[in-house]
Amino acid sequence: MLMDYFSKIWAIMWKDIRGELRTKEIFSSMFIFSLLVLVIFNFSIDLLEVNPLDIAQGVLWIAFTFSGILGLNRSFLFEKENDCIQGLMLTPVDRSVIYFGKMLGNLVFMLVMEAITVPVFVVLFNISIYDKIFSLIIVIFLGTLGFVTVGTLFSAMSVNIKAREVMLPILLFPIVVPIIIAAVKSTGLILSGSPFGEIVSWLKLIIVFDIIYLVVSFLSFEYIIEE
Amino acid sequence: MIFKWLTFIVVTFSLIFTFFITPIERQEGIVQKIMYFHIPSAWIAFFAFFIVFVASILYLWKKEREWDIIAHSAAEVGVIFCSLVLITGPIWAKPIWGVWWTWDARLTLTLVLWLIYVAYLMLRFHAPEGSQRARFAAVLGIVGFLDVPIVHFSVLWWRTIHPKPKVLSMESPGSGLESTMLIALLLSLLAFTLIFFLLLGQRISLEKMRDEMNEIKNKLKD
Repeated sequence: MLMDYFSKIWAIMWKDIRGELRTKEIFSSMFIFSLLVLVIFNFSIDLLEVNPLDIAQGVLWIAFTFSGILGLNRSFLFEKENDCIQGLMLTPVDRSVIYFGKMLGNLVFMLVMEAITVPVFVVLFNISIYDKIFSLIIVIFLGTLGFVTVGTLFSAMSVNIKAREVMLPILLFPIVVPIIIAAVKSTGLILSGSPFGEIVSWLKLIIVFDIIYLVVSFLSFEYIIEE
Repeated sequence: MIFKWLTFIVVTFSLIFTFFITPIERQEGIVQKIMYFHIPSAWIAFFAFFIVFVASILYLWKKEREWDIIAHSAAEVGVIFCSLVLITGPIWAKPIWGVWWTWDARLTLTLVLWLIYVAYLMLRFHAPEGSQRARFAAVLGIVGFLDVPIVHFSVLWWRTIHPKPKVLSMESPGSGLESTMLIALLLSLLAFTLIFFLLLGQRISLEKMRDEMNEIKNKLKD
């Protein structure tokens, strides 16, 4: 029964990934955008005068969240354009399955984008992350998870309204402020080489936020796509 | 009608108390009087957003247009009072703290709250009219309010790990107030609450009239 539930989620997620592998539309725009954010930051902050470690965590999360918005904007747009959302809703699955499938798809897109952004970031900002890579991966994963849980909910909402591209960040950013604060804080601590004990308390906080956001989002998701 | 007159009388009394009866604060001077506007506005803003939350839940449960109207009206009036908090705050802060703004936990929370409910109003503006808009707004009304304690907690943590700026030593305003000041504050709280309900009532009846008008228009078209 439970395996059945997971395989349905997997099917929806895999559908999104397969579509993306064909077009590469979401991914390329997300990655180029995050690269541009990094480049613009390099111009706007003189790294000869400012210690890169003071700004690195902020720059990194700005790149992640801003390009994440691009991906989320597209997430339900494809469903809407070809009336695929009707098809999805006709499938004999619980609404929460659709939510988790879409959410995991978005999570994968963002994580792939981040996995390529981080090395570029390391090169452009001249920061060494060699011995911190493991904790950095955990923080980025947890922060992105929190961002995507609410992001998927609002992406399903904004696709139905006018000015959707503008409305998604306006709806999403104020709500995910706690995730961004916690993620930036812990990334900063990791990059500056703080002891793991100090980082753990922030990680716990992100996990709590992730769980709250996940529960609230999947409970309210059914009210959003109901016809 | 009686309610309007009651509000008028209470507001007049509260203004008289604020400007003529309460003493001028020894350290802060005349600028301290802004407290009688700042604190009640903050209280009303939170109260209004709580009404949005409750009405949103009731809407998703009962699916009655009535609750949607209440949530919408409360959000609109709440944003006005929240804006008043954000405007009067810096005016008070500049002469006392020396800065217009500081990223203190309470200030940050108010700003985030304001952003959430402005987003709520924008969502209502852009969404197609009808039950879909009501559902979307209700979801945001619920998620937004549930977010308040989370935001509060995170900004508190964010700030307490950093050393706090010294200017923020004033904790729990209201304690150690002179008695006439306390009375004036309570009176202005009452006055603001009455103004809030007056505005809310007006806004709700306006929305209902609009509904009625649309209905008539549709009938004429047929």
